[in-house]
Amino acid sequence: MVTKSSVFEMIGPVMIGPSSSHTAGVVRIARAAIRVLGKKPEKAVITFYNSFARTYEGHGSDKAVIGGLLDFKTDDNRIKNSFEHAKKEKLKYAFKSVGNASTLHPNTLKINLTAGKDKVEILGESLGGGIVNIAEINGFTANFSVSLHTLIITADDVRGSIAFIANVLAQDDCNIATMSVSRKGRNDLACQVIEMDSGLKPLTLKYLESLKWVDEIIYIPDIDL
Amino acid sequence: MSFLFNDFSSWKKYCEEKQLNLHEVVLEYEVKQKGKSPQEIWDGLAAAYQVMKEAIHTGLNDDMTSRSGMVNNGAKKVYQNKLTVLSPEFQQLIARALAAKEVNSCMGRIVAAPTAGASGILPGTLYTLQEIHQLDDKKISEGLLVGAGIALVIEEKASLAGAVGGCQAETGSAAAMASGAIVYCLGGNVDQVFNAVAITIQCMLGLVCDPVAGLVEVPCIVRNASAAAIANSSAQIALSNVSAVIPVDECVEAMGEIGQSMEDKYKETALGGLATTATGQQIAKKVLIQDIEILPDQPDESS
Repeated sequence: MVTKSSVFEMIGPVMIGPSSSHTAGVVRIARAAIRVLGKKPEKAVITFYNSFARTYEGHGSDKAVIGGLLDFKTDDNRIKNSFEHAKKEKLKYAFKSVGNASTLHPNTLKINLTAGKDKVEILGESLGGGIVNIAEINGFTANFSVSLHTLIITADDVRGSIAFIANVLAQDDCNIATMSVSRKGRNDLACQVIEMDSGLKPLTLKYLESLKWVDEIIYIPDIDL
Repeated sequence: MSFLFNDFSSWKKYCEEKQLNLHEVVLEYEVKQKGKSPQEIWDGLAAAYQVMKEAIHTGLNDDMTSRSGMVNNGAKKVYQNKLTVLSPEFQQLIARALAAKEVNSCMGRIVAAPTAGASGILPGTLYTLQEIHQLDDKKISEGLLVGAGIALVIEEKASLAGAVGGCQAETGSAAAMASGAIVYCLGGNVDQVFNAVAITIQCMLGLVCDPVAGLVEVPCIVRNASAAAIANSSAQIALSNVSAVIPVDECVEAMGEIGQSMEDKYKETALGGLATTATGQQIAKKVLIQDIEILPDQPDESS
């Protein structure tokens, strides 16, 4: 069933033009990418695919993605001048265009970020109206919308881990909206992506991080906050 | 249970049964469906109207040139033109609708109402209406609620996206929202408001989405101006009790039907209409990125 729209989807969102999928959506994907990295990026390589490949400059998606990487929100007037802001923040960046990536959504971008030794790779899809899907993180299938609170857990593929984590979240009064699990192979690293209706307490995150079979925890609160 | 925006006739029936104004039903819907308080909603509407007014101001004062070069301070030229075709108010209406939309094309802040491509229509019409009739901001917020209700029905029965229903779905819907809001703000009754929506849709039916180089510039910007004009002409007709003959719900159905049978090349793909004219193609060649890596086609499984 399709959810009924809000008055503020009819009179809104307030956003930087020209197009919700080329600016607002791209900003939100970039904001998700820096949260996955967990720190300020030093270098960014952005690849625009398919329809985006030819149109990203005309629609200002290049400025939008850099604005998002500087953590500007979708309605931030600084997006128009994000290249100058990137210079001040010493963020280096490069753009690539790739067409005919037939397995990818028409409006897809890949963001590779580096900060010191840390690296992340995000594949994001801009679905229209500013709605996005983060399709992959570091090669793992992810598929989350960033409009809820998202928990990404990379952990050893041990028995009972899903039930255990679900239980911990329930203790924190968190309702799970969506959940997906993918793994590289049997008994290898597994990636769990959990979308929740409400946020998690810092203590809960710390506890999950302390578990010895957990490799990494990434927590992304509602991207527009 | 609050009212669900399925069609105009049930919106009217709900108003009559509960003795509510059009805007109160929309307010109640948002409170019950989205869990917001009335104050939050009024604040949100006031904030949106503020952004609309700022966009007009920006478009009429700052430099508005787009990266493609197709936008070049058009709103200012209209606003400052000493030759007035109809009346100063009409000239201002057109300039304001252009201004807010040019801000959108030039990466400024706008309210997508209902979409970014149609973001000049409500600002142009409502700002001009408020000025001419000295309406307070509360009345304009009520008008925005009525406009939102109109868009909710169109979204339900047709579409608001150019990629689904063509330009009629974007600028057509925005014009319908604006026209209904104008009639409401000037004290029109429910029938007059819905009649204005019906007349506006009749005027906007069939418009295709054929943006040059795929950019939200040509013809989108001038269509925001013409849609603002049509919103006003329809309001004038509806407030004079001239019937649209075809009821509003049936007009929206026609819009949905036309959108469905429209070819894909006229739905934001830039594969037809103005986009594929000789000049349109020339501009696209200049604007679009040519230096792109093309992946080989996926190997065919059978070969």
